[in-house]
Amino acid sequence: MGLFNDMLQKVSGSAKITCKKCGHEDTEYNLVKNFYICPNCGFYYRLGARDRIRLTVDKKSFHELCTGLTSKNFLEFPGYQEKLDKARSTTKEEEAVVCGTAEIDGNACAVFVMDSKFMMASMGSVVGEKITRLFEYATENELPVIGFTASGGARMQEGIISLMQMAKVSGAVKNHSNAGLLYVTVLTDPTTGGVTASFAMQGDVILAEPRALVGFAGRRVVEQTTKSQLPDNFQSAEFLLEHGFVDAIVQRSELRDTLSELLTIHKRSV
Amino acid sequence: MVSYEKLKTARKNGRPTGAAYVKEIFELPLELHGDRRFGDDLAIMGGVGLIDKRPVTFIAMEKGTDLQSRMARNFGCPKPEGYRKALRLMQQAEKFHRPVICFVDTLGAYPGADAEERGQGQAIAENIMEMMGLRTPVVSVVIGEGGSGGALALASANKVFILENAVYSVISPEGCASILWKESSQENVAKAADCLHITADDMQAFGVAEDVIPENFENFPVMCRAMKAQLSAALDELCGLSEEELLAQRYRRFRKFGNFEEKNRRS
Repeated sequence: MGLFNDMLQKVSGSAKITCKKCGHEDTEYNLVKNFYICPNCGFYYRLGARDRIRLTVDKKSFHELCTGLTSKNFLEFPGYQEKLDKARSTTKEEEAVVCGTAEIDGNACAVFVMDSKFMMASMGSVVGEKITRLFEYATENELPVIGFTASGGARMQEGIISLMQMAKVSGAVKNHSNAGLLYVTVLTDPTTGGVTASFAMQGDVILAEPRALVGFAGRRVVEQTTKSQLPDNFQSAEFLLEHGFVDAIVQRSELRDTLSELLTIHKRSV
Repeated sequence: MVSYEKLKTARKNGRPTGAAYVKEIFELPLELHGDRRFGDDLAIMGGVGLIDKRPVTFIAMEKGTDLQSRMARNFGCPKPEGYRKALRLMQQAEKFHRPVICFVDTLGAYPGADAEERGQGQAIAENIMEMMGLRTPVVSVVIGEGGSGGALALASANKVFILENAVYSVISPEGCASILWKESSQENVAKAADCLHITADDMQAFGVAEDVIPENFENFPVMCRAMKAQLSAALDELCGLSEEELLAQRYRRFRKFGNFEEKNRRS
């Protein structure tokens, strides 16, 4: 598949990766060809933002927006600067979300992708600002928005200002929605806390990857509160589907086609 | 330690809870129950009444005042049906062009298995999004604890006031301490409370609250008269705006939050 050519080029043939679920060892080359799903047990590897974009949008169609924004430790919260420095150096990203415009099967859209490898994609000022700007851009340019969510929740190192991002982004989502434009969220592992309690759950259509963890409160807290055994599938994508909070669970290999169909169906007649 | 003392004060038993403000501030308060979908969550009460003869919708988190009522009200931790009741009443207020006044006082949205099953995250998300587009004025007062998303779901408002010893935080200091330092000892919780900046003065400095309301619980009716005058003045101002101006004001109010570095900003 042409889709993978870019990714395969940067992958060395011999590098081995071990599945953290079943221990199966495979080459990165094989994994890329299998959408980063373990060929042995079906475990979904978490994707970095750039890999997700490569897997999802038309080749060379992605144009990044909202760049040049970086977080600062304005509350002088202990350890925050070190965490930011480490996340920047391991991911080579400025922050936990990548935004831009792209095409999927020729359908123009705005896209944001959260990257759980950057401080578990917690939402501080920069994440909130970038997504807000993307929605404002999409509203102005009459573009649908596709959002891949993953997050540990609001970024406590930015105190109350991180909580305010939930309302800030929600306001931009509301304006986009009022303009009659489509917003599709794809819930990926893990989507929790303040992101679940804001834009992750505000899509017109909410899709999820199989077995993705999606919830508001952390499992340990729920266990302590409820004082009972939780079902194995608690807060999984399947659990949310069963309770009516997700439109569909989509295999990673089918995701691009599903998004393409949704974009086509919602295309505005000119 | 200032933040920790405030936290303890904000949580203190005997501190007036939502229902007390409703009773004292509104003329002819009539409580309206239920979310029309699942049930009636007593952690959030709501209804209609008058404030200086102006019809309003009130929504108040209520923690309860003794063990029995605290249990009935789930200690003020709302479930999804509580947020959905609040949204129903807000949309009703919009229909009848009356403003909404919310009283916020919760440790946080209830983190139980049943709440997760019924979509706690979705309920809060919907409230925040719909509040950002609500075509009627909304004023919120944090009267005790403003616990994270569970509080914001009643505080995505045109104006937010906070009582002098109330707190507002993205995460409970206990939760913060246990994540960062693996142990929520009193010392760690106090440290977390300081780091998070949760006091009323902090909120005013950040612009998260427009004003800090002085407390005078020894003379509660007097305190509430002053609060009522302040709420009435805020409503006078907001009711003077057109719907478009009202929405723009609320959008700007939240749009400004964010503290970051920016390179190569293009206009």
